[in-house]
Amino acid sequence: MSRLLLVAFDPTDALGGAGFAGALGLPFDVLLLTGQAAPGIGAEKVLATGWTELPPSDAIASAVAGLAGGYSHLASVSAMRSKDALARLAGHLDAPMVTDVIAAEGPSQFKRPIVAGSLIETVAVDGNPIVLTFRPSGFSKPAPGAEVAADNLNLPGTSAVTRVSVSSRGGARPDLTQAKVIISGGRPLKDADTFERVIGGFADAVGGAAGATRAAVDSGIAPNELQVGQTGKIVAPDLYIAAGVSGSTQHMAGIKDSKIIVAINTDPDAPIFEIADLGLVADLYQALPELQEKLKK
Amino acid sequence: MKILVAVKRVIDPYAKVGPLADGSGIDTTNVKFDVNPFDEIAIEEAVRQKEKDPSIEIVAVTIGGSECTEQLQKALAMGADRAILVETDQAYDPSSLSKELEAVVRSESPDVILMGKQATDGDNNQVGQMLAARLGWPQATFACNVQFSGGKATVSRETDTGEETLELPLPAVITTDLRLNEPRYIGIAGIVKARSKPIDRRAPVTPGGTRVRSVKVESVPARAAGKKVASVEELMNELSSRGVGA
Ligand SMILES: Cc1cc2nc3c(=O)[nH]c(=O)nc-3n(C[C@H](O)[C@H](O)[C@H](O)COP(=O)(O)OP(=O)(O)OC[C@H]3O[C@@H](n4cnc5c(N)ncnc54)[C@H](O)[C@@H]3O)c2cc1C
Repeated sequence: MSRLLLVAFDPTDALGGAGFAGALGLPFDVLLLTGQAAPGIGAEKVLATGWTELPPSDAIASAVAGLAGGYSHLASVSAMRSKDALARLAGHLDAPMVTDVIAAEGPSQFKRPIVAGSLIETVAVDGNPIVLTFRPSGFSKPAPGAEVAADNLNLPGTSAVTRVSVSSRGGARPDLTQAKVIISGGRPLKDADTFERVIGGFADAVGGAAGATRAAVDSGIAPNELQVGQTGKIVAPDLYIAAGVSGSTQHMAGIKDSKIIVAINTDPDAPIFEIADLGLVADLYQALPELQEKLKK
Repeated sequence: MKILVAVKRVIDPYAKVGPLADGSGIDTTNVKFDVNPFDEIAIEEAVRQKEKDPSIEIVAVTIGGSECTEQLQKALAMGADRAILVETDQAYDPSSLSKELEAVVRSESPDVILMGKQATDGDNNQVGQMLAARLGWPQATFACNVQFSGGKATVSRETDTGEETLELPLPAVITTDLRLNEPRYIGIAGIVKARSKPIDRRAPVTPGGTRVRSVKVESVPARAAGKKVASVEELMNELSSRGVGA
């Protein structure tokens, strides 16, 4: 039987699932790994593990493997947490897997970016079940209906791994993958204080999220969860402002789906200008405060 | 303690590549190949651990054609003790790779498997986790700090929202992220020394093959050419005309 299990790490994670299931042309159920109720997105069944927090990925993979029986497809929104757990799930099930699906041509043919997003590969998958992670920006997002309470399965969450500590720096700013406006900074932001003041301050003024390049993260200017690109977050805001970002292939891999890209860079030949919709050759320390003032809500 | 490091030969991550004219794959004419940067970080990590504990043995393994000896030579030059080439012309997908790697693990019985979190060509991010599941070993993906002591690994890993630290009983699979370390520069001495280190060539023991078949490779549709503006004011006008901040 062809049926999709949408594995949602939390209730908001489920939101992007309806469009994805539609593109596959499959009926679907939602499994909430955390949370008790899912947004109304047309799932036939809404199930919940009963977990109050996410256990390590080995526990997630075994729990989901136990439910996989009735499904031809198991899928989650692409993120570090889903790649960690679903690839392990695919290993358990001996299932083929496709990561970062951006388009579906029916239930077994998918498009995905490869080589730092510089090429798109279409793959045909032969297997049952198929494990997938997908980028919601590639799929329609119907407005959710009334919340649906989940059937609690009380699944075990035992792991061989002990979580010793968690440091989550996430503050009041919107999540990069959800934000409508993103302001990103690169190496010229100098240090963590300057980044927070200039980029963080801009983000707060316009109600957006802050992002960073790998160079900025590697040199301690920005925390790792703000990295945008091939190996960081893939973003799709209405407006992406890149300030002091050279525009490496790896960084562009993460921003191509933005509606409008603005680049501010002192170097007129910086590659970022090749993909920016609007480019301003200027010192970010002068241009950003002025732009912030004008964009401020 | 024995550390097995899995290494992949990939297109130079800084090269610009396009599709073949018939869309059947990636055009690799005049493109250099190198060790997947994430795997290079994995080798570096193994070597740093060995510098702290000289009793560690480091075995590098790759699955592929004989040209992959280049990448194994690099691993040996960085400090791996020996290498295994599972020599094959077969196509593999992450799932079949994890099966062949599982066979290597069964024959080598390492305490730790270190490998990149993803390869920069396929960007799949699957093999380490699939291998861990097959072996029934715990995993720590996206590692940014690794310590071993008393039969356990303590691994800090990058997450979507920050970082977390896990304690894993060994044996375990650890996949590396960019900030774990900066791989060393290889000197002539290392390259010379690598020549005398053994590379064991063996035939695959699993059928290989791929259930994720490439149908077409194409370029990304280009974004429409952008426009340069001369001032923040002009930028605001352009944004307003596109419905932003109006
Ligand atoms: C395997 C691998 C994975 C990678 N993954 C990622 C990834 O996910 N994300 C990512 O971002 N990178 C990634 N990279 C790194 C990438 O190749 C680049 O090194 C990085 O993106 C460069 O960051 P940057 O633009 O901040 O720095 P730089 O390249 O140093 O650019 C700084 C820019 O700022 C401009 N500038 C300087 N001063 C000012 C000023 N006052 N005002 C305005 N402009 C100024 C300069 O002209 C320059 O263009 C990866 C690399 C590898 C090998």
